[in-house]
Amino acid sequence: MKKQKYFFFHLQFKIITCYNFIMPVFVKDSDKCVGCLICMFTCAQAHQAAGLESSCIKVRSQGGISRGFSVWVCRGCEDPPCARACPEDALIVRKGGGVLLKEERCTGCGYCVKACILDAIGWNNEKNKPVICIQCGECAKSCPYKVMEFVRK
Amino acid sequence: MIKGDSLKRVLYIDLTKKRFWIEERDELFSKYIGGAGVAIKLLEENCPNDLEPFSPDNPIIFAVGPLNGLFPIASKTVAMFKSPHTGNLGESHAGGRSAIAIRMAGYGAIVIKGKSERPVFVAIHGDKVFFRDATTLWGLEESAGRIIRNREGGAGLRTIMRIGPAGERLISFACVTLETYRHFGRLGLGAVFGSKNLKAVLISGKKDLSVTDFKEYRNLYSELLHQLSESEKMKKYHELGTPTNVLPLSFSKGIPVKNLLENELKGIENISGEKFAQKHLGRRVACAHCPVACIHLAALRKAYEDEPYFYRTVYLSYDYELIYALGSMLGITESEDVLKLIEVVEDMGLDAISTGVVLAWITEAFKKGVINQKQTEGIIPEWGKVDSFIELVRKIVYSETEFYKDVARGIDYASSKYGGKDFALTYGKNEMPGYHTGAGAHLGYLFGARHSHLDSAGYAIDREAMTKKLSPEQLAEKILNEEQWRQILSSLVICFFGREIYTPEIVIKCLKLAGFNLTEEELLKTGREIYANKYRFKIKAGFDIENLTLPKRVFETPSSLGLINKDFVYKAIALLKENIKSLL
Ligand code: SF4
Ligand code: SF4
Ligand code: SF4
Repeated sequence: MKKQKYFFFHLQFKIITCYNFIMPVFVKDSDKCVGCLICMFTCAQAHQAAGLESSCIKVRSQGGISRGFSVWVCRGCEDPPCARACPEDALIVRKGGGVLLKEERCTGCGYCVKACILDAIGWNNEKNKPVICIQCGECAKSCPYKVMEFVRK
Repeated sequence: MIKGDSLKRVLYIDLTKKRFWIEERDELFSKYIGGAGVAIKLLEENCPNDLEPFSPDNPIIFAVGPLNGLFPIASKTVAMFKSPHTGNLGESHAGGRSAIAIRMAGYGAIVIKGKSERPVFVAIHGDKVFFRDATTLWGLEESAGRIIRNREGGAGLRTIMRIGPAGERLISFACVTLETYRHFGRLGLGAVFGSKNLKAVLISGKKDLSVTDFKEYRNLYSELLHQLSESEKMKKYHELGTPTNVLPLSFSKGIPVKNLLENELKGIENISGEKFAQKHLGRRVACAHCPVACIHLAALRKAYEDEPYFYRTVYLSYDYELIYALGSMLGITESEDVLKLIEVVEDMGLDAISTGVVLAWITEAFKKGVINQKQTEGIIPEWGKVDSFIELVRKIVYSETEFYKDVARGIDYASSKYGGKDFALTYGKNEMPGYHTGAGAHLGYLFGARHSHLDSAGYAIDREAMTKKLSPEQLAEKILNEEQWRQILSSLVICFFGREIYTPEIVIKCLKLAGFNLTEEELLKTGREIYANKYRFKIKAGFDIENLTLPKRVFETPSSLGLINKDFVYKAIALLKENIKSLL
């Protein structure tokens, strides 16, 4: 019983610190992440791919599995550095947060990937183009441990 | 296989010449699917019958299958090699991130041969292979992994397989540790690494895969994901993990106690899955691409004896088999003690099951006067006393005396030399897993190609036999059928915990999406063939199928099904033997 209480407190703390996010997916409690990568695989699927390469969400161990994992996902910045970094104006700032990729303008330079310090942009090697989060919530919905929450506004 | 699938690519690494090359082996994968099916063929090709396990030519083979990276819980890698522990087929399975990393790096299999002049670790990043000097890592216990982790790229999606001192010192039951908590545990892969001066292998990669029908793929994927997360069948792995078995098995007298001298242990509730979860569970983690997360990590807090207010917390993964081998088998009834023993076994890099059974044999042999203090160098093993066991483990790895060198080859060898064969719990020279549930379990260990409880799940057959008596014929048939089907699962390579979800029907659907059009009949035929291939290899390498016996002790202590009947067992043995021979 005691343990649960502790968890609850923990959760609250995280929610408070995360709530100013605009994006629909936010990482609620990465301490619960088991590192199964299901979110990464389903994100790739949301981008019509099987595997991991096309995944925008990233899960990393925090230096050894015993320290747990951190989950990196697009936070749909209002003033997105990825879009600012794009020399071709291929990333269009979306109303309500996040960006859209105008594929025909993209030359595959990869500046956007470097500009996102959350590492929340994937890469499609075949097309040589970035994979941008479409805020679909597949990752959050498929996570067996509800590490993330998806709220459509 | 889908055209262009990287599964068919086999990466060859020559440690002697520090060379690597890639061969495309469509035919191999089309016929034998992947994993165990492909690995045994590669072993056949690369390992002549008379090769010594520690010869530089003994290949280390890792193989994955078409479903790895595509479907959830297809999360394991098969390793094959000639076993220094038994002298014949060495096969071990592990998860962690290995399967996904190999598949995403763009390979279906990796074959490592040769011997490096100096300690080396191999880093495989996609198409590039680097041979890194590992002189500074040699002799390190746990920290070797940490150093590699910090120095190499590919964080998040890579596997790091490494050995500890036991592997370096060629202990025949040394394991290979992955991601700190997973293992190629059985049959001595760690020692084969050591004999090649190979400290570690790191693999990283990131790739997209293709499927034949994307829409159907997504549907099937989410259906499987749903079942794996919600199904009652997965609940036990999911919540308490495999230690959930401790109490029911103890209740049915199926958990071996004190070298199987007994089948009851007072205080067993203190090492139950429930107790471990309550007292120690620190975190749960999963193999890559598995929603079940059965890996339970205990946080063990240890005080520094010489300094107040200094503690360290170590994380240790515990499982049913470890609680059995390093707990009940040694008469240990304190969960802390089990964890302390797990810690030293992890640090040394030993197979936990074999280690526990070796310690149990030493204890009984000591009590019976088969060995004495001269041999143990003064250590007095005592059921339930963890400190002497910890000392013994270190001695087995580090001591240079004759006795410890002998037990470092396993108890089949030690008992042939010192006596005590009747209570040496080995099967085809491999030490016993933790189920004394009836004849099914023991026959499963004996006839499974890798002598593991995961070969044919004999304990599950025993459970059935509790309500419906089986004849020797029926038992033999059940064991063979299960073994053959498991060749398919381990060619795919699906974690056996998902076996009830991956029915033949589902497997066929998944395979179709991966570009394999097979009927159920063809699939079963392939399973049979793979099993036969393994046995052919075993027998050519010296496995004595004519003289298979069970340890005498097995018949002396009642199992879950009562005393095991010798005539019944030997009838089933004869049947199994004939059946297997007819396959060859
Ligand atoms: S919201 Fe969709 S696109 Fe974005 S990370 Fe999650 S699954 Fe991927
Ligand atoms: S699906 Fe959930 S638990 Fe699994 S890796 Fe992603 S965030 Fe972690
Ligand atoms: S069930 Fe456990 S062992 Fe199997 S893949 Fe999942 S986490 Fe790994």
